[in-house]
Amino acid sequence: MHIGEYPKAGKFGEYGGQFVPEVLMHALKELEDAYLLYGKDEQFKEELDFYLRTFAGRPTPLYFCARLSELLGTKLYLKREDLVHGGAHKLNNTIGQALLAKRMGKRRIIAETGAGQHGLATAIAGASFGLKTEIYMGEEDIERQRLNVFRMRLLGAEVHPVGSGSRTLKDAINEAIRDWVTNVQDTHYLLGSVVGPHPYPMMVRDFQRVIGIETKEQILETERRLPDALVACVGGGSNSIGLFYDFLDDEEVALYGVEAGGEGISSSRHSATLYAGTKGVLHGTYSYLLQDEDGQILPTHSIAPGLDYSGVGPEHAFLKDMGRVTYDIVTDREALHAFELLCKYEGILPALESAHAVAYVARLVEVEEIGSDDVVVVCLSGRGDKDVEIIERALHEQNP
Amino acid sequence: MSRIRDTFLELERSGECAFIAYMMAGDPDPSLTPPIATAIARYADVIELGIPFSDPIADGKTIQTASERALKAGMRPDKIFELIAAIRKETDIPIVVMSYYNPILHFGIERFMKRLAEGGDGIIIPDLPIEEADDVVWYAKENGIDTIFLIAPTTPEERIEQICAYSSGFVYLVSLLGVTGARETISGVVKTLIKSVVEKRQDIPPAVGFGISKPEHVQEIVKSGAKGVIVGSAIVELIAKHKAKPEVLIPALEEFCAALKAATRR
Ligand SMILES: Cc1ncc(COP(=O)(O)O)c(C=O)c1O
Repeated sequence: MHIGEYPKAGKFGEYGGQFVPEVLMHALKELEDAYLLYGKDEQFKEELDFYLRTFAGRPTPLYFCARLSELLGTKLYLKREDLVHGGAHKLNNTIGQALLAKRMGKRRIIAETGAGQHGLATAIAGASFGLKTEIYMGEEDIERQRLNVFRMRLLGAEVHPVGSGSRTLKDAINEAIRDWVTNVQDTHYLLGSVVGPHPYPMMVRDFQRVIGIETKEQILETERRLPDALVACVGGGSNSIGLFYDFLDDEEVALYGVEAGGEGISSSRHSATLYAGTKGVLHGTYSYLLQDEDGQILPTHSIAPGLDYSGVGPEHAFLKDMGRVTYDIVTDREALHAFELLCKYEGILPALESAHAVAYVARLVEVEEIGSDDVVVVCLSGRGDKDVEIIERALHEQNP
Repeated sequence: MSRIRDTFLELERSGECAFIAYMMAGDPDPSLTPPIATAIARYADVIELGIPFSDPIADGKTIQTASERALKAGMRPDKIFELIAAIRKETDIPIVVMSYYNPILHFGIERFMKRLAEGGDGIIIPDLPIEEADDVVWYAKENGIDTIFLIAPTTPEERIEQICAYSSGFVYLVSLLGVTGARETISGVVKTLIKSVVEKRQDIPPAVGFGISKPEHVQEIVKSGAKGVIVGSAIVELIAKHKAKPEVLIPALEEFCAALKAATRR
């Protein structure tokens, strides 16, 4: 079977679908139609490619980490999505969706954001394409990612604080959906990950595929072979699916998705949706999620705001059940350690989200899943400037 | 024949429109739900009981906070059946449960419908479009529960017909683009929507909800040809206002519901 044929009728096996208020059903159909039309349109593809090259800064380098490779005992490459304009992979998707929104005649875009990276990437796309941009962000995230809030506002976006529920990404999505329900006629909801109702998981994946397509070309050029393992962090799952997708049929390539273990699974302060969750419906899609015995959605925790979410993309649920991707966890503490390593050994300040993926490489070496001759590619999904305040506080707590 | 259908037929004969009153089960406390519901039932024709959910994406602030209050007070999905049984001891009014999909899915669709049939009459799931609803409709039908689906101002003509085909008891016309919550005025689009449904389907009564908060609104909807009006946030707001004083709340609710009901008489 060719895994890449999914979704079929909006589903990845049993996962996915459209669980939304009736008001939005027509908008989703319009969006799917527009995407299927323009996704194949040569002019649209050329325009997207143009902006990805000249504005976003693609292709991004595949960097060999000489010092860290020696330290860890493997051949570690980083796919440098932190070098994309805005500082994360998020712009790959927002440029694509903003171009689509323009084609659809929408004048306003809205988005949710956790870490602020997707909000920032939406604000950038909105400014450069002349679309009115409004961002929903949980109050807790506004406090811990102030730099990105300031950036979004400088770029002309309006940032709406969300004070309901757990005041993080989940609640920002609720509020963005409520806005969309109200303003569906002139507004495009620019969702930031491979979550939500069909066609978002498919469309966002396709816009992020560029990560894996470039990686394959680059690694074949430098190593003359496919990598042994790919590792990426999983929040909603967009940078990971983007990296994995064009390797799904290469069975010799092991795929690892790393979720936020927070303070450990037993503490119940984590965001390990695939690792520790159960099946259910959240934000329009059937997937794994973190819920209590009544089907109420549980609050989550991660030191990385972009991973702090109780749901996950339905295609990941599908790949988990199929066994094609291994999903595991890295704790806050391990991620912080990896953050420091990457700073000190490679001169790269990674986003805390991405640091989870780097930390997992050390684990793979430790348990001898990979050895010194093996080639591992990590998706360095973003840069860590936004996180310095969190890190300063956390390091201080560790060594007061 | 279902209790909901009977109620609509009877009201039709007497030239009245159905007054459907929404309240959040467990708000402000599960112990107060039966007396509140019983008071409302003195004037309402159908009662809609909400099950609280952590992430109510179709609801505005009023019902969101009611949901939070109910969850804090210990309201749980399986408690709804006890509350319905308690209300049933007092009144024969049709009871429709409104819940987001995940709590029902988690409880088990078949199990939920079986339990609901012990005293309830219908189910509304605001985040379940007909495309995903085959299991719900199957098990509801098997247990004699009416399935009420929503039609929005954005619903295309041909889809209206399909939604009516999936619905029984009544269909729920969403009066505006937006979430639940009391509004000052009734949006114009709803009149076209009512007309369109009435023309297409004689067999299923359209009831209009979202934003309706005053007797004048009710009159306007009645004149437009709807067979039912649903009032939610305005009732929930009244409950929130007097939540600490049941002795004030019950008469206030009765007075408000009496005025709303009076407005349904053509
Ligand atoms: C740098 C970075 N990496 C990863 C993520 C997680 O998202 P996803 O799993 O969709 O890639 C985020 C989300 O905000 C992010 O900012």
